[in-house]
Amino acid sequence: MIKVDNIKKHFGKEEILKGISTTFERGKTNLVIGRSGSGKTVMLKCMVGLFEPNSGEIYFEDKEMSLMNNEEHRILREETGMLFQGGALFDSMNIEDNVMFPLRMFSDKKRPEMLERVNEVLKRVDLENVNKKFPSEISGGMNKRVSIARAIVNNPKYLFCDEPNSGLDPRTATLIDQLIQDITKENNITTVVVTHDMNSVMEIGEKIVFLKNGSLVWQGNNQEIFKTDNTDVTDFVYSSDLFKKIRDIQLNEQ
Amino acid sequence: MKYLGDIGSYFLMLKKVFSSPTKRSVMKELIFKEIDDLIINSLWIVSFISFFVGGVIAIQTALNLENPLIPKTLIGFATRQSIILEFAPTFMSIIMAGKVGSFITSSIGSMRVTEQIDALEVMGINSLNYLVFPKIIAMLFYPFVIAIAMFLGIFGGFLAGVYGGFASATDFTAGLQDTFYPFHLVYAFIKTFLFAFILATVPSWQGYYMKGGALEVGKASTNSFVWTSVLIILTNYIVTQLLLS
Repeated sequence: MIKVDNIKKHFGKEEILKGISTTFERGKTNLVIGRSGSGKTVMLKCMVGLFEPNSGEIYFEDKEMSLMNNEEHRILREETGMLFQGGALFDSMNIEDNVMFPLRMFSDKKRPEMLERVNEVLKRVDLENVNKKFPSEISGGMNKRVSIARAIVNNPKYLFCDEPNSGLDPRTATLIDQLIQDITKENNITTVVVTHDMNSVMEIGEKIVFLKNGSLVWQGNNQEIFKTDNTDVTDFVYSSDLFKKIRDIQLNEQ
Repeated sequence: MKYLGDIGSYFLMLKKVFSSPTKRSVMKELIFKEIDDLIINSLWIVSFISFFVGGVIAIQTALNLENPLIPKTLIGFATRQSIILEFAPTFMSIIMAGKVGSFITSSIGSMRVTEQIDALEVMGINSLNYLVFPKIIAMLFYPFVIAIAMFLGIFGGFLAGVYGGFASATDFTAGLQDTFYPFHLVYAFIKTFLFAFILATVPSWQGYYMKGGALEVGKASTNSFVWTSVLIILTNYIVTQLLLS
């Protein structure tokens, strides 16, 4: 469980996060949605420690992040996996070495043991026979899968995904969403996904947090989001023609 | 004020480079990779430039000796002094600021742009130690590159001087041995070590703290070359003033 309590973040005079409080539950895919510039990624980066909030607290289980000592921070890092928007695979390493990297850094396992685990997670993300390829030699969808494999190779307790579907075709995007949800359930991980993809909201949004201009304006799940009368949320949800048509059909049927 | 901030950020970076070390087995591999990238891959261009510039120095010196009273041994003497004192350590380092410095800035800058540095940080790895420390250690081998530059520069001068008909082998060799102070080599290698540190750290700083996209990586590489060169020239002046005057 991750609890965010009244976090604020500003860059210079610009206030990006204006006191956000929410909880992300274990074993669920928690989505943070909102328009571009709403503060989603900044919030995610505060949670993974890339940005330090100007005020407020972030709790991992019952431990407040800023009060953790070095050893607790190290353990938290080992328990954290992250899928970056562009994959962030190390382009000087092949796929096998990319996925093996967290194991090499944090475990004392011998190479054959590590290789066994690498092959296991690559198989889990439906990637086989790509071990010796380099990130530049694989497709965008495969890149995201490798990135997921690297994020989960150390059996993390927390998985953070920044726009996992960006740049992918709808079919691959759905597969990636499904993979994230399956992994969350199998390993009972607390997963936080930042997205503005409504398909993801429909598919995997067990808990949804909606941000607007750095403030949390609504939270619920993927059933409730279509019933809410919060105009900020409905403006976002029905901004695409497809969802407008679905809503019109539903209204006609009623 | 911006320059003061930059200087502060450079020294804070150095402090972080030497803290929270990366796992030893991983670091060993990184160091070997950097030795290959920064040192071994520079040998060809260093050898090529040194050999021909050594030859040019010998020819230029010979062509400017109009007074018949000046002995031909001066050709070997001038070649040796120019190469050991300035050309090999200083000007080769400026050339390396273009080759090695740009490589370091663009590789670290690309990692910054593609969030690879963020990925390291999220994993709890001290990215500065992981990326910059192996470069500093690899550059400890830089004096070997400069030693090769010195040897090939003088050898090039010898071939150009003797086979170009400007001096006899005996005269050139006598010039090489004339009033040789071993401290000049010590001075050259002291400044080479300082330049090596500048070559490893200033481009790393430029790449690590760059912001933006691909265009900014290019700008950072250019800035890296400019600032590395400026620092090498300033350090050269200070060290020369301290050790030779």
